[in-house]
Amino acid sequence: MPAVVGEHLTKLFGHGETQVIALQDVSLSVEAGELVALMGPSGSGKTTLLRALSLIDPPTAGCVTIAGEQVCADALTTVDDRRLRREKVGIIFQAYNLIPFLTAVENVALVLTLTGIPQRAALQRTRELLQSLDLDHRADTYPATLSGGEQQRLAVARAVINSPAVILADEPTASLDTERGKAVMNLLRQLGRERRAAVIVVTHDERMIEGFDRVFHMVDGRIVTTGAEVPEKEKTRSMPAGEG
Amino acid sequence: MNLAYRDVRYRLGRFLLTALGVGLLLGTVMAMGGIYRGLVEDALSLVRAPAADLWVVQKDTNGPFAETSRVPEDVFRAIETIPGVREASPIAFQSLQFRVGPTLFRAQLVGHRPGRLGGPAAVTAGRPMVRGRYEMLLDRKAGVPLGTQIRIGRLAFTVVGLSEGIVSSAGDPVAFVSLQDAQEIQFLKSNEAIRNERARLAAGLRANPALAAVSAEDLAPLLQDTHLANAILVRLEPWADRHAVAARIERWNHYRAMPTEEQEEILAKSVVERARQQILLFRIILLSVSTVVIAMVIFTMTLEKTRDIATLKIIGAPDRTIAGLILQEALALGLLGYGLGAVLIGVTYDYFPRRVAILPFDQYVLLGIVMIICVLASLFGIRRALRVSPTLALGGGA
Repeated sequence: MPAVVGEHLTKLFGHGETQVIALQDVSLSVEAGELVALMGPSGSGKTTLLRALSLIDPPTAGCVTIAGEQVCADALTTVDDRRLRREKVGIIFQAYNLIPFLTAVENVALVLTLTGIPQRAALQRTRELLQSLDLDHRADTYPATLSGGEQQRLAVARAVINSPAVILADEPTASLDTERGKAVMNLLRQLGRERRAAVIVVTHDERMIEGFDRVFHMVDGRIVTTGAEVPEKEKTRSMPAGEG
Repeated sequence: MNLAYRDVRYRLGRFLLTALGVGLLLGTVMAMGGIYRGLVEDALSLVRAPAADLWVVQKDTNGPFAETSRVPEDVFRAIETIPGVREASPIAFQSLQFRVGPTLFRAQLVGHRPGRLGGPAAVTAGRPMVRGRYEMLLDRKAGVPLGTQIRIGRLAFTVVGLSEGIVSSAGDPVAFVSLQDAQEIQFLKSNEAIRNERARLAAGLRANPALAAVSAEDLAPLLQDTHLANAILVRLEPWADRHAVAARIERWNHYRAMPTEEQEEILAKSVVERARQQILLFRIILLSVSTVVIAMVIFTMTLEKTRDIATLKIIGAPDRTIAGLILQEALALGLLGYGLGAVLIGVTYDYFPRRVAILPFDQYVLLGIVMIICVLASLFGIRRALRVSPTLALGGGA
């Protein structure tokens, strides 16, 4: 069963003559443990598709299925999109979007406490994850004191802490240099596989293409190349020794 | 995970400064309440000091605290014959000013029969009045030491004792003197006024052939009656029916007998009601200002967190978590402001020129009002937060 499916997704902005079609009948399916990229020029609809899949900005038409739970545009009012996100979706932002008044460990543990896990257990689990990401020494500091790479690793930790079915990342490496960007991509790939999550990454950075299982190219709100597999040698080339 | 606590911890300095501002406002509200209570306490202290059961005053009047009331001094003897009356005693009141050295004092003079009803419950320094004439018990608030000589009109008094906590509704200290002294101060005229009166009397006598032989010099002292009081205080036997005794006194048609509670109510209504309304209005204005300030602070804090709130929505935080964050911050601000205000007023109330009576009941009521204000103030912020679109978190910038 695919981890996430988008079927005939359409997104319209505005009305009448000013109406803009941001997504046109887009369909895609991503399996658990798969790392896929959404690429395309600015305004091609990549981020809009990501927002539609996460129901942050739901589609005007079409259906989204996450871990078997289907939500269609005509039944949005009956759906608790936030429950769906906190239980089944992890989201990574270009600008990290860490909560400034929470420490690093609290930023990540918050996601667990929102799902009802007691605070003490949530903090314990988070510290273990941060240790594996080599962030444990920064656990009790505020995000403002972390470097860009540390902040993005923390954002990744927040996205994966509750083992979501799908991880959506919007330009996660855009604010990072190549080295740090690749490290974050490798981390996403590693955690996605370990936790059997489908990882969908919006990127326009051709340098990062090597690590993806499939790449969807978008133009004018449509997927123009339907998830061509990236050659195996390019995938392995992107993985540092000892990983994947 | 308590987000409000963590947000406050992060912005602690600014939060404390804001709470201090709110605390100053609430401290002022508490002070106004304390001033009002002090006003009432001061006003009632004079009525309560004699611990009388009934006040007998001039018929068709509300007693000496509301208007002029004059009753013959001797009527207390007749009242004492009524079954159930343990004791009755005349009392006279007068506001006056006197000078001690260069300082001008304002006081409420109370004339009573020493050792009988009408004096202070306790003398905290010096001794009670024993000689009956030209002695004075003065409230400590006047700041006049024992043994001080005070001249009032034609009489000279010695301060022989000090009382405590008995002041007039205007906050002036009470000076207890004998009834006879008080009557002379109130009714005896100056020498010039006596000479003028005698001249007028002599002219009147000359104009009336039947009285031509009467000397104005002899007649004038007889016409000068000082044996008047403002009220008769009555204390009853424990078994006596207060209403029955009052009804019997009123049957004489010249007097009105009212329970002390009624006298208190009249005093409160006639003297402090307007002040109460004024202070109440002022408190309402201050509380309204506090509400606006708290609402603005909370709203501003919410605006600053717009992007964080959008992020919370994206990671799946329900509305109750976001509303809880804002509501708890508002309540924390109100509670801390209230605490700081209480400390402020607790430290300073002794320095107010008039009594500031801080009652626990008033404090609890104000705390309840502050909590309601905080809830109302947070509604604007909550409304704003719940309208924040999660897509705001996806815009550029850190």
